[in-house]
Amino acid sequence: MQRGLQARSDKDGFRVKKLLTSNEAIAQAVKIAKPDVIAAYPITPQSPIVEKLAEMVERGELDARFVNAESEHSAMAIIHGAATAGARVFTATSSHGLAYMLEMCWWIAGSRLPAVMAVAMRSIGAPWNIHGDHLDIILLRDAGWIIGIAENAQEAFDMTLQAFYVSEEVNIPFAVGIDAFTMSHTAEVVEIWEPEIPKRRQAYTVTPGQEIAVNAVTLGKARMKARYDLALDLEKSAEVIESSDAKFGNHGGLVESYRLEDAEFAVVMAGGWCGDAKDAIDLLREEGKKIGLLRLRFLRPFPKKAIKKLKQEVLVVDRANTTIQGVLGLEVKACGLDAKNVVAGLGGLEVGVEDFYAIFKRFVEGAINEVEWFL
Amino acid sequence: MIYPGNASCQGCPISLAMRCLDEIENPVVAMPAGCSTVIAGLHPHSAMKLAVVHVPFASTPAVACGLSEGYKKLGIKANVIAWMGDGALDIGFSAFSASAMRNDDIIAIVVDNEAYMNTGNQASLSTPLGAKTTTSPMGKRIARRNVGLITLAHHANYVATATVGYIQDLRAKFRKAGKLEGFRFIHVHAPCPPGWKFPSEKTIEVARKAVMSGAWVLYEYEKGILEFSAVGKKFLEKKNRIPIAEYVRTQSRFALSDEEIARLEREIDEEIEILLRFKKPRDSNS
Repeated sequence: MQRGLQARSDKDGFRVKKLLTSNEAIAQAVKIAKPDVIAAYPITPQSPIVEKLAEMVERGELDARFVNAESEHSAMAIIHGAATAGARVFTATSSHGLAYMLEMCWWIAGSRLPAVMAVAMRSIGAPWNIHGDHLDIILLRDAGWIIGIAENAQEAFDMTLQAFYVSEEVNIPFAVGIDAFTMSHTAEVVEIWEPEIPKRRQAYTVTPGQEIAVNAVTLGKARMKARYDLALDLEKSAEVIESSDAKFGNHGGLVESYRLEDAEFAVVMAGGWCGDAKDAIDLLREEGKKIGLLRLRFLRPFPKKAIKKLKQEVLVVDRANTTIQGVLGLEVKACGLDAKNVVAGLGGLEVGVEDFYAIFKRFVEGAINEVEWFL
Repeated sequence: MIYPGNASCQGCPISLAMRCLDEIENPVVAMPAGCSTVIAGLHPHSAMKLAVVHVPFASTPAVACGLSEGYKKLGIKANVIAWMGDGALDIGFSAFSASAMRNDDIIAIVVDNEAYMNTGNQASLSTPLGAKTTTSPMGKRIARRNVGLITLAHHANYVATATVGYIQDLRAKFRKAGKLEGFRFIHVHAPCPPGWKFPSEKTIEVARKAVMSGAWVLYEYEKGILEFSAVGKKFLEKKNRIPIAEYVRTQSRFALSDEEIARLEREIDEEIEILLRFKKPRDSNS
């Protein structure tokens, strides 16, 4: 382990190992990225991220302007304004907060402004629930954001740094998803390192003295053209994510393949629970079942290429639904795959290794229905 | 600050106020959807001689705050203006209140035509008692919200009321606000010919009658002390005022009973009473 660490640290200087929650890991990454303006409104389980950042600013460790907004809508509006001025910006939210700021999420993406937001992924009411699932982050699917979903604190750290780089490279905002509590509040060993991130770049800024109108009312083709360009550039951002992957932790780009090489069965999932799913896959492998996992690290751009390459029988396990189906299930099927779909773990409902083992076992035995809810 | 040939209606008070933005140095305007957006021009054209950032309704003061914070961090000198109608103020009120309390370095200017005019004259919280709108077709039965008083209660850095009826006074307030720092609020009374139903050449006359009747009180609040503006000072005394009924009659939008007219008269006195309390320096211990 130590030797491996040493080898990886040569290029980027000294790496420090720390025991951090994913929330703390993200705060550390943001500090390294040196944002100019941070605006936030607290919400469980995201709050420790911005609390930590507020502390760093007040201690003078981070030279940023920290604005306490009165709502998530305003938090996103503030970073929208700051980004328009040319500032590097960051915010964080969860659940109802993301729902409340959604209008501004569309606006910042449509304005083609780089921005980074952490989303501690939590269920949305009603009824009230503060625990994890992916029902909040899927709200961003159509807004024109890059959406990454990390598996552990190390990846949360690396992805947050990559987010600043990629967002400013392609002029598209970037959301970094981490699971509520199982990641946001769970400490793991994280290697802290400081990659070089170029100075803030963006397509345009608005400053005094310019005679310019940004986002005035459009007629005719202008709106459709803007939306088309955003969709196209979001697709193209895959290349930037892939090409910068080695610089930001070598996590595999849009996807991580786990024991897929000789697999006859493939499970498709995203998020922190993939760790448990991998353990279940190991157990089945010990029994001689040829099963592997394709972990989606990104929901946008959707890893269509990797999914279309799957020749195995496919099961998608989802932590968010649309109608009776899972969201990932729907999108995987849209890639032309005849996949089975299990919806599980909503509202933080525990799905452990033994549960995954049971689900996967039924899958390899051909006993899983078209769509199932794991209740 | 606005080119001729823009899309404003005849007699539009907003375009009058927009012209006065040349009093403010280094302006950048955050502008939500509303009549102002249409006047400012449709993409790819702009009728404004300055930088305009068009934004969603509720976000206006917050986007302005972000612009201001961004400029500060990057060392760019700017006067960021949140230019709103009463509609954006309604829907963005929590953002407005928070911005005032944070003392964001912005100028919030509300051009108040007392209804959602751009979408066809629906009632707003600024719509006065008795005014007919498409969502209060028999006349609104709820009094208007007095945003000036609410902002004074925030003890904002600078609070002023102005009107397009007295442009020199309005210009002086824009000029002063542009030279100050922190949260500055200017509430501009903006009589709207099609919305309030009066002939388009009467905008100034209607605006002045609002001041002469006491329906719109002109003041400035700075460094914790309120001063009534010279141009409207004499109308603070009841004997110098024209009856509110005379102001009401300049427009066809009102449906008011005699009791309601009396209530409006009463509320003018009440407002002045409250404003007088802000003439005393604020007790630092309170």
